[in-house]
Amino acid sequence: MDDRNKKTGRIQSAPENFLDADLAHEITTKGLNPERRSFMLKSFLAASAAIASGSAFAGKAKSAGDPNILNLPEHSTTLGKPVTANPYGVPSKYETNLLRRESPGLTRVSAASVSFAPLQGLFGIITPSGLHFERHHQGWHDIDPSKHRFMINGLVKNPKVYTMDDLMRLPSVSRMHFIECGANSAMEWGNNAVPTVQYTHGMLSCSEFTGVPLSVLLDDCGYDKKKGKFVLAEGSDGSGMTRTVPIDQALDDVIVAWAMNGEMLRPENGYPLRLVVPGVQGVSWVKWLRRIEVGDKPYATKDEAVHYIDLMPDGQYRQYTSIQECKSVITSPSAGQVLLDKGFYNITGLAWSGRGKIKRVDVSVDGGKNWKKARLESPDLPKCLRRFNFDWVWDGSPAILQSRAIDETGYVQPKINELREVRGTRSIYHNNAIQSWKLAASGELSNVQTY
Amino acid sequence: MFKRINLFLAVVASMALSVSVYADAYTNIGRAATAEEIAAWDIDVRPDFKGLPAGSGSVEEGEELWEEKCASCHGVFGESNEVFTPIVGGISEGDVKAGRVANLVGNRQPQKTTIMKVATISTLWDYINRAMPWTAPKSLKPDEVYAATAYILSLSGVIPEDFTLSDKNIAEVQKLMPNRNGMSLKHGLRTVDGKPDVHSKACMKNCKTTGKLTSTFPVSARNTHGNIQQQNRTFGAVRGIDTTQPPAKTLKETQERLKLAATEKKGSAKAKGDMLSVAKKNNCLTCHGVKNKIVGPSFNDIATKYKDVKNANVTLEGKVKKGTSGTWGDIPMPAQSASDRDIKALVNWILKGN
Ligand code: HEC
Ligand code: HEC
Repeated sequence: MDDRNKKTGRIQSAPENFLDADLAHEITTKGLNPERRSFMLKSFLAASAAIASGSAFAGKAKSAGDPNILNLPEHSTTLGKPVTANPYGVPSKYETNLLRRESPGLTRVSAASVSFAPLQGLFGIITPSGLHFERHHQGWHDIDPSKHRFMINGLVKNPKVYTMDDLMRLPSVSRMHFIECGANSAMEWGNNAVPTVQYTHGMLSCSEFTGVPLSVLLDDCGYDKKKGKFVLAEGSDGSGMTRTVPIDQALDDVIVAWAMNGEMLRPENGYPLRLVVPGVQGVSWVKWLRRIEVGDKPYATKDEAVHYIDLMPDGQYRQYTSIQECKSVITSPSAGQVLLDKGFYNITGLAWSGRGKIKRVDVSVDGGKNWKKARLESPDLPKCLRRFNFDWVWDGSPAILQSRAIDETGYVQPKINELREVRGTRSIYHNNAIQSWKLAASGELSNVQTY
Repeated sequence: MFKRINLFLAVVASMALSVSVYADAYTNIGRAATAEEIAAWDIDVRPDFKGLPAGSGSVEEGEELWEEKCASCHGVFGESNEVFTPIVGGISEGDVKAGRVANLVGNRQPQKTTIMKVATISTLWDYINRAMPWTAPKSLKPDEVYAATAYILSLSGVIPEDFTLSDKNIAEVQKLMPNRNGMSLKHGLRTVDGKPDVHSKACMKNCKTTGKLTSTFPVSARNTHGNIQQQNRTFGAVRGIDTTQPPAKTLKETQERLKLAATEKKGSAKAKGDMLSVAKKNNCLTCHGVKNKIVGPSFNDIATKYKDVKNANVTLEGKVKKGTSGTWGDIPMPAQSASDRDIKALVNWILKGN
């Protein structure tokens, strides 16, 4: 039936190739007529029959080996599902364990709560949008983008209102950045309080964001360059989330974003509009963004005057703490996981800094006595996650795994005791200490502190 | 890219020295905001009271409002820890004088209340006005916000019980805020170029360590976040630990467990967790805890109440569907929009007790 087949004497094995190339072309250009339809059906049946008999033969073979190899599985011997069976693709049905999860007892009501990203099973640096960590203060909504409005007012010549149509016409940028909640690792300032990296570090995600630079919008409204010192970002949700951002930062790399990882933002992450404030804790990345006000003083809103303030040992609070300093963590093998056997393991993890790029990551397997440089994967971007890998052979004896990141400013991720010497143990936010995972001779890993 | 745009605009501006040129660059994109629109959205109130609407509210009015609209979540005295951390408590007369809360030093009061932390009265006013009551945000009138703020401050001993808070005297009350001097801006975490406060060194060889574990996650707590085995893939370089079991002692024991887990059929103990997620999906958990009261009664209290009532499930299904009030208190439950199937399953699950 096919000239090429005749020449090589091979039987076409893949059902999708059962059609002659010329015929396929004719069908795609001219469509199916009844004649062609029946021809196609016949060739299809012939192809399936050839495959079915092949598998029957393999099934009868009695040689030794893995039945998964010897008995051809159903997916090798039958026709698969057509295109657009899932018009919006979903993960494999076998991927049901890695979900964002709440930490029981951390918050009291789940609409003012947080869900953690399952870092223990993620690869590379991009967080799948459906697993992006969540933090809501008054629940989330799925907002009609045609009714969403964005306003700029305050110290501007021309207070303006923009629709999504307006915003999406403006010059846009696409940037990859991490977002970390200021309270990530908060439960670990004192003692180990949670069992796995999902709960110690899972208020961390990283995506490519697309939107218009806030500087473009501020210019468009003619902001007051002399008096304008801060902007207030305000959400349209029930909490009307509000945060102050210094104007220099607002003009530097802040984005009014509508897209995340190639599609529109997910509702839980602020659809249709959120602020992206690179390097700064997540609470400033105001979701469901409705307004930017230019002002000459900070605003002391609830989530910068009562929360997201860092308590020092002398009883003073540091207010407007924002930058997420350099930090790293081994995501696998990590606490709550168990190694299958002795031998080779790829120790892998994430490093990031709110002050710029990651310059180096070191790994220790003996609780911090000796360190070696890890391999850094690309890309090398400022205020973005960086994946690291480290070759290691486990000899079966107990070990303590740690990672330590250094950013381009030369800042070295501290040990927990170094942090505590300055900030005590009650400051809740901005714990960027080195994380230790203890590996027992049984292969089980657990969360420990050592320095 | 940012730089280029800024540069472009700077060039345009310097050529024409007129803002209208900016607008020309993006003709027909966006429009002028009307005064009414700005008034509707520009609701923020700053520490210097810029944005504060005129009005007043007394402690007495505040108490009434509080009992009606706030106490169900925050407790009659703002002391409740059920829905959120307490708003009131932990301060003394001395604090009001000093403007620093003594209980913030050391670990005298581990649970920090709102009033212990907040330095600026505008923060309370602004937040109550924009976000409270939690389930009906932006429903209060300015006078009510003054009254609620006054009530919180009176419970905290900052103002007397016969006080009326208004835009006229709020600046005076600011001078009494217990933690008004409690905030510091002297730190390097405000801006990208700020100076770090912790300086570590990257030692590579024979580094000094304590060699001790200063903390370990308790074995007794290892299943508190659910079975970690089910929070990891069932294939790959590692597995999740089956935290329903005590730790394995040897690698051999680990490997035997893993073999067993691989041959076992997927557990059917999911049912309980599933109903919890059905309850969550349908927003029931915003108002009900399984074990604790929120706005509505705890599910376990409902189970106890109807333990011996015949056909309670039928009655309750109807009540959930249509909404109900008066059985547990003054607060009504609005009609729930969950599907009939979910409501039936939920009511059965609630009545079984958990
Ligand atoms: C349905 C429950 C509910 C009701 C009713 C309610 N609140 Fe709240 N309130 C909350 C929750 C939950 C939070 C925390 C929100 C968050 O995490 O951002 C909160 C936070 C607050 C805070 C800030 C506390 C802090 O430390 O951050 C104040 C002040 C407050 N409420 C006042 C009020 C007042 C006044 C009323 C009545 C007019 C009221 N609330 C009614 C649930 C409620
Ligand atoms: C907005 C808050 C709210 C939500 C959401 C809510 N409830 Fe309620 N619920 C209440 C209150 C308040 C009561 C007590 C009413 C009363 O006193 O009669 C109540 C009572 C009940 C009762 C007992 C009724 C009785 O007469 O004893 C059941 C059962 C119940 N709720 C189930 C549910 C279920 C199931 C859902 C989710 C589908 C749900 N509730 C969602 C507030 C709520």
